[in-house]
Amino acid sequence: MFARGTRSRRVAATVLPPLLFAIFVLAAWQLYTVVGNIKESTLPPPTDVARSIWENRQLLIDNAWVTIKEILIGFFFAILLGVGLAVLIRSSRTVERAIYPWLVVSQMVPIPAIAPLLIIWFGFEMQPKVIVIVLVSFFPIAVNTIDGLRAAEPELLNLLKTLKANAWQRFRKAQLPAALPFLFSGLKVAAALSVIGAVFAEWVGASEGLGYLILVLNNQTATTDMFAVIFTLALIGILLFLIVTLLERLLLPWYYESRETEGEGLHLEVEEGA
Amino acid sequence: MQAGSKLRIEGLSKTYRGAGGGENVTALKDVGIEIGAGEFVSIVGPSGCGKSTLFNIIAGLIRPSGGKVLLDGRQPDELLGSVGYMPQRDCLMPWRTVLDNTTLGLELNGVRKKEAHKRALAEFERFGLAGFEKHWPAKLSGGMKQRAALLRTFLAGRDVMLLDEPFGALDALTRANMQEWLLDVWQEDRKTILFVTHDVEEAIYLSDRVYVMSGRPGRVSLEVDVSLARPRKPEITMTPEFLLLKQKLLRPLEEAAAGGGLFVDDRPTLEEQI
Repeated sequence: MFARGTRSRRVAATVLPPLLFAIFVLAAWQLYTVVGNIKESTLPPPTDVARSIWENRQLLIDNAWVTIKEILIGFFFAILLGVGLAVLIRSSRTVERAIYPWLVVSQMVPIPAIAPLLIIWFGFEMQPKVIVIVLVSFFPIAVNTIDGLRAAEPELLNLLKTLKANAWQRFRKAQLPAALPFLFSGLKVAAALSVIGAVFAEWVGASEGLGYLILVLNNQTATTDMFAVIFTLALIGILLFLIVTLLERLLLPWYYESRETEGEGLHLEVEEGA
Repeated sequence: MQAGSKLRIEGLSKTYRGAGGGENVTALKDVGIEIGAGEFVSIVGPSGCGKSTLFNIIAGLIRPSGGKVLLDGRQPDELLGSVGYMPQRDCLMPWRTVLDNTTLGLELNGVRKKEAHKRALAEFERFGLAGFEKHWPAKLSGGMKQRAALLRTFLAGRDVMLLDEPFGALDALTRANMQEWLLDVWQEDRKTILFVTHDVEEAIYLSDRVYVMSGRPGRVSLEVDVSLARPRKPEITMTPEFLLLKQKLLRPLEEAAAGGGLFVDDRPTLEEQI
């Protein structure tokens, strides 16, 4: 009973502050638009945005589904590509020297510049959107996983050698689990980027999806409806982030529970790493 | 002694090639050490005297430039994996429970999980870990972490165990408790132990014999038999015999610290004073 009480208190302590902050911002926004007599086409009050979300719910859901599909498929391939490259790069010095610089260079190429090319090559279907999402979100996954695969203590690897562990066993029992917290840090960044990637890809060429919807509404200066779409997109991003965090908690219980005992200092450090 | 030696090291030397055409560094020069079955032998020496290099060679992690390591009178085909090795840091895997950490060696030997757990659990009481089987290592105190690491080495089942300053990072009180405990455990199964420390008192208290190493190049400068009766109690450190041994061992260490050159000590020895 006592344990349950502290648990709900802890949940309240994590959920209440951001919630109160959001209410405060929305209230200030509402007050500003009403008192300042701001035109709705410039900045609509939150209540109008809420009404628009409700009235256009079917349209939003239909288009959100298109965008969510792109994001999930893109995210999946970004994980495959990011983790695959990381393992490849860490497998040998030569491969690392050959590939790593180009990995960094790949992020210097402005994605907006190649997106139209992708449309030319792959048309208006799902493919170019998925490719854009993969291109913007695989990088943080790859870089974090590369660092993570270096994280196992050298003494531990030596110890495993003296216990007759072969290279595969050392990888599976030490290097891989040590890399997982880093991988999840990368996934969190990638989750946010994948939503941006999806919107952008739809701007360049699409006939449906939330990004496409924004473009259409922008042409009609339907500002209130645009805000409704923006809120929906934010919600998708938040949900994706939460799913990643939840998976992390389920798959790496040791990481969370060990962190709780080590106090605030480490907590901050880990947050910065994310 | 000659016939019954469990571990025998003959004329061992190790030279590291200087980086970038720099000077070669001789880490070990003509080191000879001998340990009988069931003996507890310590090596003391200042930092940089080549203790770690010596340990890594015996563990099979690095190859010597010259000399031999004999187990039971002969050179094993593969030294790596033939002796138990406990590095300075506990190297417990944070993603494994205490129980699963201790069974690492058994697991790599192909022992079934259930059987491994059974064998480990039988020792948990003696190693002061009872009740912490399902805990993450991060929740353990420094002393418990070292006992868990020691149990992991112990369960790996090698005849000879190399312990590299296992209590070096502990506070004085915990350290004293751990020494007493280690003696008790060793007394029960009489494993062959080679123990590295820079603490002369610890070396005398625990060992049957102590080798003093001096640095640059690392070599054995003194070998002292500790004929104090067993079982030993902590009070033994106050006896004249103990203090005599301590003085005998400290002198070459001071020489080593003074630069390894000829060091003429004209202070009266304790023997003369008495």
